Amino acid sequence: MPEKVLMKGNEAIAEAALRAGCRHYFGYPITPQTELTAYMAKKLPKMEGGVFLQAESEISAINMVYGVAGTGKRVMTSSSSPGISLKQEGISYIAGADLPAVIVNVQRGGPGLGGIQPSQSDYFQATKGGGHGDYHLIVLTPSSVQEMADLTSLAFDLADKYRCPAMLLADGTMGQMMEPVALPEEKESGIEKPWAVTGTQMKREHNIINSLYLSPEVLEKTNFERFERYAEIEKNEVRYESYMMDDADYALVAFGIAARVAKNAITAMRKEGLKVGLIRPITIWPFPKKAIREAADKVKGFVSVELSMGQMIEDVKLAEECLRPVVLCNRAGGMIPSVDQIIKVTKELAEGGKN
Amino acid sequence: MTTQILIAGFGGQGILFSGKLLAYKALSEGKELSWLPSYGPEMRGGTASCSVTISDEPVGSPIIDNPDVLIVMNLPSLDRYESTVKPGGAIFVDSSLVGRKVQRKDVEAFYIPATKIAQDIGASNLANIVLIGKVLKDSELSRGYLEEALKKVVSAKHPEMYDLNLKAIDAGYNYIEE
Repeated sequence: MPEKVLMKGNEAIAEAALRAGCRHYFGYPITPQTELTAYMAKKLPKMEGGVFLQAESEISAINMVYGVAGTGKRVMTSSSSPGISLKQEGISYIAGADLPAVIVNVQRGGPGLGGIQPSQSDYFQATKGGGHGDYHLIVLTPSSVQEMADLTSLAFDLADKYRCPAMLLADGTMGQMMEPVALPEEKESGIEKPWAVTGTQMKREHNIINSLYLSPEVLEKTNFERFERYAEIEKNEVRYESYMMDDADYALVAFGIAARVAKNAITAMRKEGLKVGLIRPITIWPFPKKAIREAADKVKGFVSVELSMGQMIEDVKLAEECLRPVVLCNRAGGMIPSVDQIIKVTKELAEGGKN
Repeated sequence: MTTQILIAGFGGQGILFSGKLLAYKALSEGKELSWLPSYGPEMRGGTASCSVTISDEPVGSPIIDNPDVLIVMNLPSLDRYESTVKPGGAIFVDSSLVGRKVQRKDVEAFYIPATKIAQDIGASNLANIVLIGKVLKDSELSRGYLEEALKKVVSAKHPEMYDLNLKAIDAGYNYIEE
């Protein structure tokens, strides 16, 4: 077990990315993720082959990511909500060109410029598209500084494995808070990338990276093939934490900072005899549908705890197939649900006030 | 055991830094901890607060609704957070900057003219650290591992600040209320 160090979540992502072999970073500063950009600015220029570039805009940064991804090198960009909106066109192109890349969104309140306090209101954007066309991102949601590091490492591996962009969807709290973290070991990708554009040396055919297919038959074929890979991801890569669910009568569903508050609420409610557990999605695409569906056979209802006006709740409802009531416990605009609020909403559900 | 500490004041008073010192102390002790800042976009002025949770167990939420220990460096912070402290908890007040007393009877109140003491020992920008010295003396936190933590938080570019910080800790730790 490596020695634990104290780090901000944003810095843990940056250091984990470097240890995963990422030597190319392109970004543009924005609160509350700026420490990540700053960390890369400090470290990358001193590393062998390291490239840090503060682009003139987020649109520029994501297209630089597209370029490097085509060479097969590990590459990352990061931003916060408004900046991630600007990147959507590029993300769609990267998905359309079947390239691996890691995109970090340390969310803040929106819409528009919104505020600088934490939020989870980019759930739809991250999981349902964001950019145009039929595509998905693998979306990972850290709930501690340790996971900020671990899931960054995983994001690079999954992106390479499935040739698709992966997103780390954090929130301002996760980015700003410090916790002890055991940093992952240095490693190489280890995944062959015969598709990369690295120069043919006159020894092979040209590799071409593109997302333009003017023949609808061919374009359709690329879509179907991509969705076969998505089916593999849904089969193999669903991750979640099941917390005190064995005897639970009610299930909270929450990720990121909301899951941390939810755990405190569960401790408090169990002291009063109310058996509540938590299903914490770690991947929100693919969403842990099966875990929710199985829980629906055991629990009397679900509470979706979110820092948004209610986005993940739609996936919870789809997954539990209308078997149980699903209620929302939320704050928005940079506010965070409190332990007391979660207890109140759960008790209302338990008393049958809502169905 | 879990101790939740909320430190609050104006931006620029070293609120986040003093929280960091407590966080590193907890790390040196091998405890679980979380450190969560809260501040506006401005570098100075505005209000700043810092939530530090130190525990023998993994920390649940890093957000502190009801602190065991409240440390305030301005009046608005005392007005805002006094009612949130757990019954039986403690409030530490920089009495150089906060004119009023703590109203609640179910918490322990400690007053220390930290800003004045800091000026007297030639460390006028270390009132926050003087206060921490007092907290280490009179709260459930101990002084153990303080030096280790200080070494980690004091910038490597300014090693001379280590001694001055230690002096500020001692000034607060040895202060006797009148």
